Amino acid sequence: MLTDRDRIFTNIYGMHDRTLRGAIARGHWDNTKSILVKGRDWIVEQMKASGLRGRGGAGFPTGLKWSFMPIESDGRPSYLVINADESEPGTCKDREIMRHDPHTLIEGCLIASFAMGANCCYIYIRGEYIREKETLQRAIDEAYDAGLVGKNACKSGWDFDIFLHHGAGAYICGEETALIESLEGKKGMPRMKPPFPAGAGLYGCPTTVNNVESIAVVPTILRRGADWFSSFGRPNNSGTKLFAISGHVNNPCVVEEAMSISFQELIDKHCGGVRGGWKNLKAVIPGGSSVPCVRGEDMKDAIMDFDYLRSDLGSGLGTAAVIVMDNSVDVIKAIWRLSKFYKHESCGQCTPCREGTGWIMRVMERLVHGNAEKDEIDMLFDVTKQVEGHTICALGDAAAWPIQGLIRNFRDEIEERILNRDIAIGSKPLAAE
Amino acid sequence: MLRRLHEEQPTSFSFTSENKAWADSQIKKYPAGREASAIIPLLWRAQEQEGWLTRPAIEYVADLLGMAYMRALEVATFYFMFHLKPVGNIAHIQVCGTLSCMLCGAEDLISVCKDKIAPNPHQLSEDGKFSWEEVECLGACSNAPMAQIGKDYFEDLTKESIGQIIDNLSAGRVPAPGPQDGRFASEPKNGLTSLMEHESGRTKFNGSVQMAEDLKDTIKRINGTETKLVTPWLKSSDRTTSQVKMKKPKTLKFPKKSVPEDLSKISGLGGKAKIALNSLGIYHVSQISNWETNEIYWVHSNLSGSLSLNKLKSFVEQAKKLQTNKDG
Repeated sequence: MLTDRDRIFTNIYGMHDRTLRGAIARGHWDNTKSILVKGRDWIVEQMKASGLRGRGGAGFPTGLKWSFMPIESDGRPSYLVINADESEPGTCKDREIMRHDPHTLIEGCLIASFAMGANCCYIYIRGEYIREKETLQRAIDEAYDAGLVGKNACKSGWDFDIFLHHGAGAYICGEETALIESLEGKKGMPRMKPPFPAGAGLYGCPTTVNNVESIAVVPTILRRGADWFSSFGRPNNSGTKLFAISGHVNNPCVVEEAMSISFQELIDKHCGGVRGGWKNLKAVIPGGSSVPCVRGEDMKDAIMDFDYLRSDLGSGLGTAAVIVMDNSVDVIKAIWRLSKFYKHESCGQCTPCREGTGWIMRVMERLVHGNAEKDEIDMLFDVTKQVEGHTICALGDAAAWPIQGLIRNFRDEIEERILNRDIAIGSKPLAAE
Repeated sequence: MLRRLHEEQPTSFSFTSENKAWADSQIKKYPAGREASAIIPLLWRAQEQEGWLTRPAIEYVADLLGMAYMRALEVATFYFMFHLKPVGNIAHIQVCGTLSCMLCGAEDLISVCKDKIAPNPHQLSEDGKFSWEEVECLGACSNAPMAQIGKDYFEDLTKESIGQIIDNLSAGRVPAPGPQDGRFASEPKNGLTSLMEHESGRTKFNGSVQMAEDLKDTIKRINGTETKLVTPWLKSSDRTTSQVKMKKPKTLKFPKKSVPEDLSKISGLGGKAKIALNSLGIYHVSQISNWETNEIYWVHSNLSGSLSLNKLKSFVEQAKKLQTNKDG
């Protein structure tokens, strides 16, 4: 069980002084220069040793990602770009960092930029987060005023500029290359890889794109040590993590917990249990809309980390956005709503996704009403398999997985609804003779 | 989704002088030659000033940034936050309808909007005061269901509370945004389960609500006088440390004598690369042979890195040789 002493985000609810003064009182910006003087290599090694995996959904090791950046510039500058385009349904953790504990992020940006030889960082925040943009900019201004960023940041000799940029309501811009396109002033359509951003990203220059939470935890990890961070969670899943719980729990909330906490503990301790009790739990989406849903009874013993959710439940931790559904939920309709989301957000660049997401949504709409034939379930599954893996970015996959999860876990319910419709219109006998 | 410009457009647009000063400062966040990066923030400010995004505004912003109108139109139609037709003159209400909000009652909120405002999304209410739409996840899922009104999030809503908010707005009162059920932010509503050790008395409002209370501009048209313009990035650096020194090489609007040269004389320069170079206004070996290092960076950068620096350098070497042979 995580104690307050081991929490990184000590003002995540914003109840205390949110200014620079408050942040310093809570231990942030404490002799940042002493971290920088240890050098790039030391920082990257520490990040690798901490076992931090990216908090934006894919879970790629952060230290390793940084090590892809060129050691020496060929004349081009390097860039750090922060992905603050938080739009994965269910996810609302980065918002809390940016509006309530923004200095964790700004200090992290300085350290991470230094570690990858970047003098410049852009934060790309989603357009709807207007107040968050204003509060974060205010914090950046404070940091400039105090000499923590800007020329000779923290008196380290390192020049560092940090710019806040915003989008305008496109989920796809959370994909790193679409984000880069958008930041260049274009439509947010993903780029083919290679070249990878570390080779040619923003303005054709070496770029690393990191999630807000991944960067905001960096200063604390380096202060308290890689060992401290990796002491939480199971091997390969280390650290603390912000969980965002929404849906049918008694007290939905955002909370920082140790990785590999059990699902039951997370919900009982922080959310006051499932609405109507554990027997009333129907389904859970454990990591944001893009991961497959899981049956309630399978979640009871679940461990909330990357490896368990993927290998034992065929789902994923994603952004740790836990959506809980009780027995009052029509789970087919719930997944239909997600397919509507993906249809709305497909950028239209790749045919399988542009056409597939609409097709999937329309079939799902019929399944909600049982207005389909049984063999269409297999056809739907097959189509999602054809979309998956055949698009430039992972939005196609993300649209496919919730459907696959539904069919794998709730096929009985879909079939029952079709049967009931058949009974209602009298086209089929009650049971096979 | 098909998004078109509105059939009725005003004749002109320009930023207020404060908004123009703001826009000029924003453009300087990006490297020279990369002004287009500022398009989303500038279009957004134009919408904040006018209430919706008009064609003259899109063209005005394109001119400010030196972009073709079509490139600006592409952006305006791609991003859903840009309203391409008029919205309610008091407020446009955006109800989040994605899963977490749907589970917690978003459909009820939408039915209130249908009753009180108009039966269809994007349709103006009879008095012209309001319009509404269902939007995709706004990223406040632990405070579901919620809606964005103007610049602010109204969270933990019920049928009753959203109805009251609309009534209040209609009567000229702007209620405090944030959670509407007494919650502070995204903590568990029955009391803290973590961070008790840090309890030190609370501020009155959470970060977002405080900002709204300070600025009082939830549903205001923004003219740039609301806040003092702060631009630390303008004084902090000479802006060369973070930006590569790029120089635009000589480009041509059309090839000389209207005939582009066969660039595939240069080995490694295939059809795709040729099309890309032509699109930048590079048609002749003689152009390539003159590139200096900072011009190679420009070309590399403007092709989004699709041709590597080494490849471009080898093109220049070869072009130089071809030129000498030709001249000699």
